[in-house]
Amino acid sequence: MASVTSNPSATGPLANRPPGAQTLRIEPPHTWFELRLEELWKYRELLFFLVWRDVKVRYKQTAIGVAWVIVQPLLTMLVATLFFGRLAKLPSQGLPYSVFCFAALVPWTYFSTALVAATNVVVENQRVITKVYFPRLILPVSAALSGLVDFSIGFVVLLIFTFAHSIRPAWTLVLLPLFLLLAVLTVLGVGLWLSALNALYRDVKYLTPFIIQFWTLASPVYYSSSMVPDRYRWLYGLNPMAGVIDGFRWALTGTGQAPTATLLASSAIVCCVLFGGLIFFNYMEGSIADRV
Amino acid sequence: MTTAVIEAHGISKRYERGALSYAGLLRDTLARTLRSPWTVFQRPRPDTFWALNNVSLQVGEGEVLGLIGRNGSGKTTLLKILSRITRPTSGWAEIHGRVGSLLEVGTGFHPELTGRENAYLSGAILGMSRQEITRKFDEIVAFAELDKFIDTPVKHYSSGMFVRLAFAVAAHLEPEILLVDEVLAVGDIKFQRKCLGKMGDVARAGRTIILVSHQLNQIRRLCQRVVWLDGGTLRETGPTAEVIGAYEREMSSTDVLIEKGPLGGKAHFLKWWILDQEGKPKHVFSDDGELRLQFLLKVNQAVYGLYHDIELYDQNRQLLWGNAIGNVTLDPGVYVCNHTLPHLPLRPGSYTWRATLWDGGENVADYDCVPEMQVATVPVGHPLDEKAGILNIPSECVIVPQSAADFPK
Repeated sequence: MASVTSNPSATGPLANRPPGAQTLRIEPPHTWFELRLEELWKYRELLFFLVWRDVKVRYKQTAIGVAWVIVQPLLTMLVATLFFGRLAKLPSQGLPYSVFCFAALVPWTYFSTALVAATNVVVENQRVITKVYFPRLILPVSAALSGLVDFSIGFVVLLIFTFAHSIRPAWTLVLLPLFLLLAVLTVLGVGLWLSALNALYRDVKYLTPFIIQFWTLASPVYYSSSMVPDRYRWLYGLNPMAGVIDGFRWALTGTGQAPTATLLASSAIVCCVLFGGLIFFNYMEGSIADRV
Repeated sequence: MTTAVIEAHGISKRYERGALSYAGLLRDTLARTLRSPWTVFQRPRPDTFWALNNVSLQVGEGEVLGLIGRNGSGKTTLLKILSRITRPTSGWAEIHGRVGSLLEVGTGFHPELTGRENAYLSGAILGMSRQEITRKFDEIVAFAELDKFIDTPVKHYSSGMFVRLAFAVAAHLEPEILLVDEVLAVGDIKFQRKCLGKMGDVARAGRTIILVSHQLNQIRRLCQRVVWLDGGTLRETGPTAEVIGAYEREMSSTDVLIEKGPLGGKAHFLKWWILDQEGKPKHVFSDDGELRLQFLLKVNQAVYGLYHDIELYDQNRQLLWGNAIGNVTLDPGVYVCNHTLPHLPLRPGSYTWRATLWDGGENVADYDCVPEMQVATVPVGHPLDEKAGILNIPSECVIVPQSAADFPK
């Protein structure tokens, strides 16, 4: 302190900052959109810890623990194979119905659980939000990412499963991460909207299961998208998960045709939803601690 | 003046009183929309109030600034704005340096995780890097005094252990600027002293601290300068002794009842005050003489089995003393409940009174009396604070030679 006051060059209280000291300006929210990506990067360790916490806590005090990750889609697949495959005899693009269905259930399970998590993440972290500052955007991002750990376990099981049905992955497998990325972005895009809305209206929490239920029916999880008449195909492609699931199945098994048109439509719509979600979330961010 | 590291200019914050109408049900919004579609385009005009109104302040580098004021005066709001949890409605602030805020102990703790895991998690949430936590980890565990339990899930911790770990993490946060809200009021006395010691170290290390506390003694001990907020505006700022003195004088002239029970029931309290032995209203007692506690009671309907309790609490919300009178029959009207205490041998500090009314088994009214009563007597017990206890009783001790034969049988 003494060195500061004895500095004759000081012209005002703020005149001599130590070099490199960061200055933070606090102001009322004035711009409608300010995406602070560099700040998000600064908080990447917190992002890591939040994902780590989610993963760590998720199956605590359960008897079969992480096996839940596999049990859920596996049982769903068995039941679906029985009813949709054997009884309803839905076409399955020349694949065994069980493989056809399981290949969709793994990304779909990721999508649905991550979307629920993303919807609730702001409300669940209410206490932290009202006590500490960090970029709020980290919360939905962490929810979207922490589902990936479960996904990778499910994916390994899926690989073994397809292998057991003597389906060898084709070169298309290298494109699989692309579809996964699309799924993550869909979760994030929709999750940004829902989580911010949920902070305002708790109704959203009760709405989400319905959204997911309807969304399952509108996605090619249990049936092939080839059953959709051609002239409505573009409309169907507006559901980004249609592109994700078709693409995922195609990339994994190499059967069917590349879902180019659907994929383009899906990507376009995801970009719109994500961008809108970022704006909305950002708009809400300033007051989220006051309203949640 | 030293370099200012915090400069706030005209900070104001408006809240909507019926915040619930926002965070409420979608149904309400939809219903309102259907009833009169135009209201969607109009800004709803909710009942607003200014939690902070045009507050400006400067905090110099290395300064420890105390923030005082009664509940709802905007202290926490100001801290929340400076720590970026919420944004001001108008005004601006500039902060130079890394900010750490401690608005609560145990932020981000998860009951299922172990002490070790929580230390990392909470540290990260408070803004520490993983390396930093690893480096300080042993120190944190030692400070929290729970080496054996560090790998036990915190849900199995006692509340004391939980708080110790939580504070230990927070205490090792080393930002250039630290914003602290009333968190030192945790743990047992011994741990509190330790925390205060740690805060003192932090302050001496040249860090800037803004400390919010109701415990004026804490403020006295730690702060060089005090800002007094009153109703969201800056009332007074200056050297600690001056501002606290003015605050105490003001507090003793305005007595408030924090009402908890249903108003307009069978009976309720209107006002309360404390009188010293000369019959003057007071809230700061510097001698251990007689005092009278009086509650103005309004009885709306005749009551037949009224019980009236008073309780005395210390700043840790520990009950020190209580008394009750019972089975009183009162007709409607206004009464004074008069409690006389010959003396109150308490150590210096702040204490709160609480009064309740019961009719039969029914709780008619519950009051936490504000402001706190300050006891400013000279401590006469053990010189070490942690060994002095809570009572301030003068005693004498002489040591004289004595032969074993003279022992009382």
